[in-house]
Amino acid sequence: MSTNLAVSTQNLGRVYRAKKREAGSGKEIVALHGVDLEIHQGELFGLLGPNGAGKTTLIKILTTLLAPTSGEARVAGTDVAKNPWEVRRHINMVSGGESSGYGLLTVEENLWLFSQFYGLDWKTARERIREMLKIVGMEDRAKTKIYHLSTGMRQKMNFARGFITDPEIIFLDEPTLGLDVQTSRVLRDFVKNWVRVRKNKTLLLTTHYMQEADELCDRVAIIDRGKILACDTPSNLKRSLNQSSVFHLKVDSLPQPDSQFQGLKGIQSFAHHQHNGLLELSFIVETENALMPILASIERSKGNLISLEKRQPTLEDVFINLVGRGLSEEP
Amino acid sequence: MATNQRAVENLRSLRMAAWLGWQIESNWTDPFLFAIYSVIKPIAGALILVFMYMVVAKGGLSNPLFPMIFVGNAFYIYVAMVLMGVSFAVVDDRERYGMLKYMYTAPLNIYFYLLGRGGAKTLIATVSVLITLAFGALLFNLPIDIASIDWLLLVTGLVLGLLSLAFLGIFLGGVALITARHGQFTGEAVAGALYMLCGAVFPIDVLPGLLQAISYILPLTYWIETMRRALLGSGSSQILSQLSNLELVGVLGAFSVGVVILSVLFFRWAEHRAKEKGLIDMQTNY
Ligand SMILES: Nc1ncnc2c1ncn2[C@@H]1O[C@H](COP(=O)(O)OP(=O)(O)OP(=O)(O)O)[C@@H](O)[C@H]1O
Ligand SMILES: [Mg+2]
Repeated sequence: MSTNLAVSTQNLGRVYRAKKREAGSGKEIVALHGVDLEIHQGELFGLLGPNGAGKTTLIKILTTLLAPTSGEARVAGTDVAKNPWEVRRHINMVSGGESSGYGLLTVEENLWLFSQFYGLDWKTARERIREMLKIVGMEDRAKTKIYHLSTGMRQKMNFARGFITDPEIIFLDEPTLGLDVQTSRVLRDFVKNWVRVRKNKTLLLTTHYMQEADELCDRVAIIDRGKILACDTPSNLKRSLNQSSVFHLKVDSLPQPDSQFQGLKGIQSFAHHQHNGLLELSFIVETENALMPILASIERSKGNLISLEKRQPTLEDVFINLVGRGLSEEP
Repeated sequence: MATNQRAVENLRSLRMAAWLGWQIESNWTDPFLFAIYSVIKPIAGALILVFMYMVVAKGGLSNPLFPMIFVGNAFYIYVAMVLMGVSFAVVDDRERYGMLKYMYTAPLNIYFYLLGRGGAKTLIATVSVLITLAFGALLFNLPIDIASIDWLLLVTGLVLGLLSLAFLGIFLGGVALITARHGQFTGEAVAGALYMLCGAVFPIDVLPGLLQAISYILPLTYWIETMRRALLGSGSSQILSQLSNLELVGVLGAFSVGVVILSVLFFRWAEHRAKEKGLIDMQTNY
């Protein structure tokens, strides 16, 4: 076992059993299946996958909240199932899209409480709290009781809570979910900087925004239905598509987009979804020659082409190529 | 070194949880109202008891059992408060504040944390008990004489009794951890059920056989009797009068140790199960 691994998992699996009285009683849901992951100290690592992929499940196991049903996981060199207490000394966790916190306490008090659970001295705690509140733009809210805060503000406070303890390894589960564009950008910049400036700090974040993964992460693992499908740097992942061309089409409508393009030659992968009342089609094709039959097919089924764009492959295209559907589509 | 760090973390958990518990208890209204409420509530409770007794019991307040019942009820204030204070922290943190998972990812000792959270309610209960007793002594001539109180018995008994209650609270916290939805009622329900069985309202002598047998295995039975002996000089039960003070405290101590061990074992099991079933961050908002 190499010592500079912040996180490692071997054949990690998690199965949920549906409760009695619930729909699908007795059915097993495989949330994680044979996950092998190695995250190095100092890395900003991203877990990219659609809803239900198993991202939160993995984070919960790594943060000692949930027991795996098979395999093992180590965080900061310690087995999470065997010695959770030791693991907790090295980590912190923030999950986005929720509004937790003690409503009767002020923002400052909520943060101070946690700084004390981690044993920060008062002076350091106060400095870090001020610093983090400044970063999330809530300096003027320090003395506000948090039941007066909006959901987004609570989420920002929660984000600050994760960082004031200056953990060696921090887990962020969809940290920007539901936040406005401006705030999301600030948090992303902070996250990136946090890992760059402090050597040996490790950050694992999950997201289903491919841009977030692309922009921030040193390496990205693409996860779908509990399995890691690919794991590399964003540029290497995209390079795997370099031989192909990616076309993005907008059409008013098509009767049967699922089956329409079956049998056409040269289509490597295809995905579609409805967006702003238009049907958006993504094609990954082996050569540009494949485009003409596609357009002809749309014409035949009386679809109106609104726009056509050829573009550089994105992580979304990598995902489409691996899975055969887009990140935002239901499995 | 390792054990030292652990001790520091335990103490920290207790201290911060107590602070948090106090903030939550005292912050829901302004300090003046909080103080009024803390005084009025026990007095109202005592008055209800007195009126009930006047109506129901032969001879009303001059019935020799009245002081026994009054003292028993005064100390029973602790039961619901301590049980709720400790066990409800699990429910509250998970369901209401969404913070249990963050507690569980922090380096804190959950037992010390829960005991700390119960601290504030225990303190408030102590004030209530004192007010109730003073009220009884001044208005209803309860034969409590400061000079003849057995302080050693009082303090020893109180510490052991609160220890039992606190760890019974931990036990219920374990129940709450694995029965996500119904956790909030267990504290009150258990306090209500034990009320009849532990000799707080009537001597256990009058209980039918089976219920009496249950009362023998409840530490609360010995605790309430100890409190009576310490304050009033004698207990309420013929049966328990066979035990000397030392024996009574001995039995209470043995039961307390039993409760502590049983509760910790049970909570550990519940925690394990909660981690297997993914219940630690469960939200049941429906
Ligand atoms: N407590 C649970 N009981 C039963 N099934 C669960 C439970 N938690 C998650 N699952 C299932 O496990 C799978 C993975 O869920 P998980 O929350 O890990 O996905 P995710 O990648 O975080 O998704 P999202 O992007 O929506 O947050 C899903 O199919 C989900 O329905
Ligand atoms: Mg999730």
